[in-house]
Amino acid sequence: MNTLTLELGLGVLGLLLLVAESFRGFKCPKDAGPLLPLCKLLEVAGRISKKGIAYVAILGLFVALILLVTGLCKCPLPDSLAGFYAVDRLALFYKGLALISTLVVLILSLEYAPVVNQFVSAKPEQTKDAGLGEFFCLPLFVCVGMMVMASAIDIITIFVALELVTVSFYTLVAFLRRNALSLEAGVKYLILGALSTGLLVYGIAWLYGLTGETTLVGISAKLQSWEGSVAGPLFAGALVLAGLGFKVAAVPFQIWVPDVYQGAPTPVTAFLSVGSKAAGVVVFTRVFESFVAPNSVLQAPIIQFILILAGLTIVVGNFAAVAQTNFKRLLAYSSIAHAGFILLALASRHGVVGFSPSEIAAFYLATYLPMTFICFLVMSAARAQGLSDDIVSYTGLARRCPVLAAILMLALAALAGLPFTAGFMGKMLVIYSAAYDGSYLALAMAVVGAVTGFYYYFKVILVLYAKPEGDTPAIKLNRLSRVTMGVLALAIIVIGVYPNAVQYVLKGKDKAAITAVTPHAQH
Amino acid sequence: MILHFIILLPLLAALAIWLGAPGRITSVIAAGVNLLLTLGLLVQYQGLGNNGEMAFINGFTVLSEPHIQFAVGADGISLVLTLLTTLVTLAALWSTVGKDRIYYIASLLISGGALGAFLCTDLFFIYAFHELALIPTFLMIALYGYGERRAIAWKITIYLGAGSLILLAGLSGLVWLCSPDHKITFDLLALEPVKAGSGYPTWWVEATYFTLLIGFGTLVSLFPFHSWAAPAYAAAPTPVAMLHAGVLKKFGLYGLIRIAMPLLPEAAQAQWIQHALLYMLLGNILVMGLVTIQQRRLDGLLGNSSVMHMGYVFLGLAAGNSLGMNGALLLMFAHGISIALLFLLCGKLRNQAGTLEFDKLGGLAGNAPFLGLVFGIATFASIGLPGLANFAGEVLVFLGAFKDFDVKTGFTFLQIATILSLWGVVISAVYMLRAYRKIFFGKAASGIFVSDPSISQRIPLIVLAAVLLVVGCQPGLLLSLLESSLNLLAGK
Repeated sequence: MNTLTLELGLGVLGLLLLVAESFRGFKCPKDAGPLLPLCKLLEVAGRISKKGIAYVAILGLFVALILLVTGLCKCPLPDSLAGFYAVDRLALFYKGLALISTLVVLILSLEYAPVVNQFVSAKPEQTKDAGLGEFFCLPLFVCVGMMVMASAIDIITIFVALELVTVSFYTLVAFLRRNALSLEAGVKYLILGALSTGLLVYGIAWLYGLTGETTLVGISAKLQSWEGSVAGPLFAGALVLAGLGFKVAAVPFQIWVPDVYQGAPTPVTAFLSVGSKAAGVVVFTRVFESFVAPNSVLQAPIIQFILILAGLTIVVGNFAAVAQTNFKRLLAYSSIAHAGFILLALASRHGVVGFSPSEIAAFYLATYLPMTFICFLVMSAARAQGLSDDIVSYTGLARRCPVLAAILMLALAALAGLPFTAGFMGKMLVIYSAAYDGSYLALAMAVVGAVTGFYYYFKVILVLYAKPEGDTPAIKLNRLSRVTMGVLALAIIVIGVYPNAVQYVLKGKDKAAITAVTPHAQH
Repeated sequence: MILHFIILLPLLAALAIWLGAPGRITSVIAAGVNLLLTLGLLVQYQGLGNNGEMAFINGFTVLSEPHIQFAVGADGISLVLTLLTTLVTLAALWSTVGKDRIYYIASLLISGGALGAFLCTDLFFIYAFHELALIPTFLMIALYGYGERRAIAWKITIYLGAGSLILLAGLSGLVWLCSPDHKITFDLLALEPVKAGSGYPTWWVEATYFTLLIGFGTLVSLFPFHSWAAPAYAAAPTPVAMLHAGVLKKFGLYGLIRIAMPLLPEAAQAQWIQHALLYMLLGNILVMGLVTIQQRRLDGLLGNSSVMHMGYVFLGLAAGNSLGMNGALLLMFAHGISIALLFLLCGKLRNQAGTLEFDKLGGLAGNAPFLGLVFGIATFASIGLPGLANFAGEVLVFLGAFKDFDVKTGFTFLQIATILSLWGVVISAVYMLRAYRKIFFGKAASGIFVSDPSISQRIPLIVLAAVLLVVGCQPGLLLSLLESSLNLLAGK
């Protein structure tokens, strides 16, 4: 079994679940004739409840994750795929991120189910689970797209995988069809998504026209031996990176983020913020690395370009977050700010001993995943229980649910980058890398941004621990969410205190074995 | 392992309290055990021959490349500061009665963070533990503080947040400069000092040192980066004020002594940096001294006086010789104990009298002779009266700073600064004695009744005052520990 089979398997699982969903309550007629076995099968499948679909999907993802982690799906790929699809450590790491984020998103969706029912059903009082079947199936297709993106090393593969993700998201973002905000978000995402796709395709066409290649290796080789005007490649490269910039939410392509994040159903926002960003980053990494190879004609201008964008992204994201009163919008800007750090990691070509630029970016995403998901998990449950997304509505949460508040505080502290949390390790690696690279302007912007971050994350923490005015309801989580939350919180601390774990996953055994204690001197 | 245990014990106790263990008992036991362990370590360290080297070294790797390890080790300097931390922690927790659990949790976290910062030998963990200790400080001021607590909490958060990041930038530069063979390591014991001929441009090394000076200096309220300190201490709940002013603030000085000065020795002696430091510390002593005289409330007075006294410690660092450095460290210890004692008394007055304004207080010694006596001892210590710990530190600092006086060349800027700084002693006598008189003597204020604390609550006051007296009369107890370690650092 290889990873491509794994991805196809997940896609088939999604399709099967859709079929099962559409045959709900199907009764096999007596005179089915030769089709009787199939008919009976559909009848059985139709008995799966809508939440059952989510559980099957979660199980499927979990099995896929185990297959990935244990290395059972590492059989070699057919030669015909070489040049289109790579299975290196980076790809495996991002595939893991995609699986984990889809898994968590489905758990979030289960918490969020009442809200979906409320805004999808024409008569929400009479239905319990309207629209949930598709809501639970679509993330599987997104997951397949993201996993292929992690491996894509050919611009056509990249484009196809990217579109699979984006088109699924068009539906997911606008899923609450009786909610104006969700529809508005859907339209905005559709228009800007289409625009970014357009830019990307245009850039791809230029690249192909200039180099005659579609594989990143080929393009990189052509760029390294380029003779002639730099204008053409630069234009093409800028277009492609701009198209990808939309996906990772880099300035100036970040305008869609706050509105879409606010309007989309909370689990989908979480998915956009972590999964979609991770997939965007891995593609960005691969394309960027192929542009800035040593001797590449694009090396200097593109690095400068991305450095400036990274600095601006950090500053804009952090400064705009300060004024937010809606938790989702705040996280939207925070997600922009974090995208800036990731870009800075990629553009600081020096890296840090033991971490190449692309590994720092991957590390950063691994730290970003648990802390963001915890925030969205709390928000999903709160929303389903009638709380609004405004920060004020969380006033005094600590008195009602001390554990929940403490975990949320941990996540926010990690987002702010406090030591002993995952966030600090990520930021530290980026800042060191930028410092050793000598990109001082971007570094200064990163430092200013990080300080600003303290302010708005702590504002939320203070709200959590403030005295509540009146009677604030407790937020209840189901058992699955509680376990997930505990695991994510543990991950924040483990990565923060023992980053070797992530380095091990990134680089394998030989690079990061636990070394024994070596005292410096004996007394 | 023993040092790991000392660092983690307060953190585990905090966790236990959060999970439901009784607040005061758990925290006092943890702090007491830590104090006993520290005393045991001091004895054991003396038994090792007292050659000033790092002992009790231990560590385990948390990231292999770049190499980061949770490494600990202690020499005389760390042990003296650990003793300070554990003493103040126990006093602060013992005196906190009947408060929300979060008081005990926050105090233990601050204590654990400070211990980690003093005992770790890996730059990453030193920085991280200090940061860990800052967070509960911010939260406690914002949630349980006095006065304009929200605004003040933001001020200190942003001020110290910025200071910490400047520090982080400086440390990055330091690690780059001092890593042997450019193989980045955060291990303090493996970093090598930058000497002339290392190939790095001088301005580059000096800029790094200056960044560190500003970063660490902000944390110690070095003038003109001091304006967070006085309002924060006035607003902070008593145990937090004791722990921050008494212990955590010393981290910046410790960082300069342990990290910046030994690793960038020539930059530390560069003339422009010396002069800048002297101007800044004169600002601390003279400007802040005059500001302190202006104060009309006890909490504001103590906060500003603690900013002022940092100037003397910086003077010891500016002198840079053995006398000055020993004096600076002794003064750090003495000031930590005396300011913690003063904030403890201040908290008791606030609880009972309900006001800290001098005009509304008076004659309290009549009903509370014990409080009056202890306040007197703390006041005299703070002024620097002989026989109390602060005196020993200040004298050494002044002698150290004046040591290289040469009749032929006349006064250098360092010596002029020393002469000016001596006026600070007069200034502190003015404001401390006036505060003492206004609160405890004179006409009894109407409507305010302050009584002596119960026997059990007298214990921390007695212990802290006794430490001031013992160290004041026998400074050699601590100096014997400090001297060899300082010499070793200077010779590195």
